[in-house]
Amino acid sequence: MLFKNIVVNLPAAFRRVRLVFEQMLAMGVNSLPLVLVTSVFTGGVSAVQAAYQFSDYVPMRYLGTAVGKAVVIELGPVLTALVVAGRVGASIAAELGTMKVTEQIDALETLALDPVRYLVVPRFVAGFSMLPVLVIFSDFIAILGGLAVSVFFLGISSYTFLNGLKMFFHLSDVFGGLVKALVFGGIIAVIGCYQGFRTEGGAEGVGKSTTRAVVLSSVLILISDYIIASLLFG
Amino acid sequence: MIEIKNLHKSFRNKPVLVGVNLTIQKGETVVIIGRSGCGKSVLLKHIIGLMKPDSGELLIDHEDITKYPKSKLNQLRQKFGMLFQSSALFDSMTVAENVGLGLSEHTKLPEEKIREIASERLKMVGLVGVEEVKPAELSGGMKKRVGLARAIAMNPEFVLYDEPTTGLDPIMADVINELIINLRNTLNITSIAVTHDMVSAYKIADKVAMLYQGKIILVGTPEEIRNTDNPTVRQFIGGSSQGPIPTLE
Repeated sequence: MLFKNIVVNLPAAFRRVRLVFEQMLAMGVNSLPLVLVTSVFTGGVSAVQAAYQFSDYVPMRYLGTAVGKAVVIELGPVLTALVVAGRVGASIAAELGTMKVTEQIDALETLALDPVRYLVVPRFVAGFSMLPVLVIFSDFIAILGGLAVSVFFLGISSYTFLNGLKMFFHLSDVFGGLVKALVFGGIIAVIGCYQGFRTEGGAEGVGKSTTRAVVLSSVLILISDYIIASLLFG
Repeated sequence: MIEIKNLHKSFRNKPVLVGVNLTIQKGETVVIIGRSGCGKSVLLKHIIGLMKPDSGELLIDHEDITKYPKSKLNQLRQKFGMLFQSSALFDSMTVAENVGLGLSEHTKLPEEKIREIASERLKMVGLVGVEEVKPAELSGGMKKRVGLARAIAMNPEFVLYDEPTTGLDPIMADVINELIINLRNTLNITSIAVTHDMVSAYKIADKVAMLYQGKIILVGTPEEIRNTDNPTVRQFIGGSSQGPIPTLE
């Protein structure tokens, strides 16, 4: 229902560019530091883990390949989406939930403004468009993190790592990851708004909606990750 | 003119409104009194289409709005203003943006003009120099007045007041009462207020209606209400715990 309503009202986003930009800033730009920190360590740990699993079986020149694939296809999009769900999904649910319990959503309606058009659509467009951008940053930084760990702690030269990375690097993998990011961004915004709108009962209700938004969007991210992976890479 | 005919509404099988009938003439101020939680705010929310009744009719200028689609409802709402109990100001916006929001969304007026109207409306409610302040920094009385400025920003024909004086000190409550009377006199606004503040009800009302057990049990001028021999109304306006209204719920 909500989703259909969003799609119908999408053109309204073009008339409210300022609202969309505000949300893009809040969801995208302001999430960047968190995403970057997460990504450095994700790349680092994937290098360490891959090296451990490779030992004695697979030559280390494939380490870059393994880190690159893992990051671009899976870890970049999914971990970015999960931290953004925690940060942004929760804040959307809390903000709209508070607006609901303090009658601000009713007030919007009495001013003849459609809450879906005014509140949900800008968040949806921002989520949908900013998550892929965050994932591109995340992919890049995670690979750098993997490279740094390989060079400084695993004794693998940067030449070997980058060669491995290039060897089986397909642009379609990156696009697959970005398709995931689009879907995840939509999920985070829609679930956050949905939980916010159905908030009832004061501060306690806002707390519950916030929790539900994070839990539900995290679960849906993982489920849709599996479905998209099966469709694109299966 | 607003006509409410046999309006019913239940929440989770608990009936709140059971056949409300009330007529409000143009330019009139009607105050609906009743205990907290008796459904006064619910009735108000029906009048502006925020809630749909289970059955019954709600005619505004002879058209039944309960069957209106959303787009038509939004057109109608531009003729309305509503002051919420908790003011319901948008806390992400400044005071001026709050007051000007309806205008900037529904008219093509330039931004400076909207700011000018917002300042003028704020002045009408006795606020000067608060345009750039966020609602969180205002006192309860100031928030109510900003809410009122927002409600009248679009020159509405009808204004709905949900507990306009609740939670205010007596002086500020009287300031709000005077404002409501002034608005009716200067802009010829049809007003419906719900309250349990009898001082306010006597002062602003042309007609007082008492909502009790989901029905309007008495409608009259403030004078008629003051002199009624209906025991339920007498208990309420006298503020007594003894009488036909049960205090246990």
